[in-house]
Amino acid sequence: MSDVTLETAAAKVPEAAPRSPPASQIGLLAWLRTNLFSSWLNSAVTLLIAYLVVRWTIGFVEWGIVNAVWSVPDNQTQACRDLKGIGACWAVITEKHRFILFGTYPYEEHWRPALCVLLFVGLYTVSAMRRFWRKELALVWVATLTAIGVLMWGGILGLPYVPQERWGGLVITLILATFGLALAFPLAVLVALGRRSRLPAIKALCVLYVELIRGVPLISLLFMASVMFPLFLPEGMNIDKLLRAQIAIILFAGAYLAEVVRGGLQALPKGQYEAAEALGLSYWQKTGFIILPQALRLVIPPLVNTFIGFFKDTSLVLIIGIFDLLTAGKTAIIEPAWQGFGVEVYLTVGAIYFVFCFAMSKYSQSLEAELNRHRNR
Amino acid sequence: MSETLEYVASAARPDAPPAILLDKVNKWFGAMHVLRDVSLNVAVGERVVVCGPSGSGKSTTIRCINRLETHQEGRIVVDGIELSDDIRALDAIRREVGMVFQSFNLFPHLTILENCTLAPIWVRRMPKREAEELAMEYLTRVRIPEQAKKYPGQLSGGQQQRVAIARALCMKPKIMLFDEPTSALDPEMIKEVLDTMVGLAETGMTMICVTHEMGFARQVADRVVFMDRGEIVEMGTPAQVFENPQTDRLKLFLSQILRGH
Ligand SMILES: Nc1ncnc2c1ncn2[C@@H]1O[C@H](COP(=O)(O)OP(=O)(O)OP(=O)(O)O)[C@@H](O)[C@H]1O
Ligand SMILES: [Mg+2]
Repeated sequence: MSDVTLETAAAKVPEAAPRSPPASQIGLLAWLRTNLFSSWLNSAVTLLIAYLVVRWTIGFVEWGIVNAVWSVPDNQTQACRDLKGIGACWAVITEKHRFILFGTYPYEEHWRPALCVLLFVGLYTVSAMRRFWRKELALVWVATLTAIGVLMWGGILGLPYVPQERWGGLVITLILATFGLALAFPLAVLVALGRRSRLPAIKALCVLYVELIRGVPLISLLFMASVMFPLFLPEGMNIDKLLRAQIAIILFAGAYLAEVVRGGLQALPKGQYEAAEALGLSYWQKTGFIILPQALRLVIPPLVNTFIGFFKDTSLVLIIGIFDLLTAGKTAIIEPAWQGFGVEVYLTVGAIYFVFCFAMSKYSQSLEAELNRHRNR
Repeated sequence: MSETLEYVASAARPDAPPAILLDKVNKWFGAMHVLRDVSLNVAVGERVVVCGPSGSGKSTTIRCINRLETHQEGRIVVDGIELSDDIRALDAIRREVGMVFQSFNLFPHLTILENCTLAPIWVRRMPKREAEELAMEYLTRVRIPEQAKKYPGQLSGGQQQRVAIARALCMKPKIMLFDEPTSALDPEMIKEVLDTMVGLAETGMTMICVTHEMGFARQVADRVVFMDRGEIVEMGTPAQVFENPQTDRLKLFLSQILRGH
């Protein structure tokens, strides 16, 4: 009965045509009004900030472009010094960029580390694309990293041998960061799983590892790796300094990443474990198909945060005399002719770090959105 | 529950060795004694409904059967295999026992189809094609084949629970355990899940079902078990237990749930 009356009543009312929102609510002007000029105080702050931004931008353009010196004839830096700071001396970059990028690697062989950098970037790009996430990708990694090793060391295929002490610059940073994170991440996953193990020995070992490593600064770990570690090795045996630093970085990053991963494991409801067990999945099947895929998705933001932190922390190897990107930049301006042009060099080095870190950050955002699509209805 | 329900003929085979045997099972959580001498014999093809007040140990009992919980005393034999610390015995039992949870516990990052094929492919070592065909067959049987490519989060609660039933059935279990499969559902979805379970009962599946759905119990249960404070207090046909309760505890419980309905 009541249904019928409702229906007829509804049918009589003509359907309201959709209207566009009032003009005062859309468009650029409306946006400006609500966001920047909603009150007198807001307007004043907006204007002040706009003024500062414009001033600084003009100042930077004048310093960095208009008044800048782009090159000087062989190490005659007088032109730069005459600027007295009103313009940038980009000549230092023109002159020293090969040193900053490749350190003391033999000049004629610079194409080799340059190719390595390209290989690294290519490897990152391929790994970032989800359609390449197959088993073969592991082979691509092994092949690429082997190729990089061959290129850097040489000694075969007609490439002259270059000892590790002469490697430097960007390629060192990429080596430390790539190997560091690529090995620390699986280590971290194992440690995080181990911390939740039912076997007391494994659990204790993992807790001990995380707490010990987290309790000391990376610098002291690097010192230990470079000074103390060789003392424990038998006479005559020597592990390469870079490798020792690399191991220290892997162990350190592993402990931090393990805690991030553990956070994800803890966030999963118990029911997911139980459903997987009730279906008869083994521990590793359960972990690989159900637990980790969900736990890691949950922790993409803190995971990438830690990745970015460690990418930059590789620069700490400078204290044990390894020539990474930052150290190379610092060393480039030791020469008397180029002293005093630190700002230009550090800006450039900073820009290189920024490109890599920003790319990681952007990528993680898109990955997060894509992988968590199943959560949106 | 006024509609007339057709009793689903019993498929129980009391002559065969029991599908599940609980013999004086005791369990403690810390110092709390949650199962006290629980003994229960479930024949192949028999359908048992377990009811009782909250905290009485219903979930714990059926979770002991597929060893999501471990018992400390007594014997549990499932499909002829005694539960012990032996991993292989456990694997064998979990392959034969399917479980449906109150909170569905579908895997949210996998599609409905992947939820259903994962275990057959990796535990039963079934070829992928075959597993997918089987999954579609069961999804059709629970009447949601068109949702196969969706993710669990895109389905209603009732649909999710039906997927959970299909997922368990894809392992071709001999025994199905249900732990309050309808109590997280809105009333209008309860019926679709119960209908699915009645359909399953018609196939002769051995079932233990924790539920307070009296209509369902009358329709399919060979036996109703009433638990209170970790003990089995009464046990019998639905008519015996619901119409002729012997103990005050059961009388109290029945009056409470009847008031609730
Ligand atoms: N993991 C656990 N740790 C400690 N105590 C538990 C645990 N699980 C259950 N218990 C306790 O064991 C007792 C029996 O719990 P159980 O879940 O089997 O009850 P139930 O009959 O299923 O109740 P409900 O109807 O609320 O689901 C309860 O007192 C509960 O608090
Ligand atoms: Mg329960």
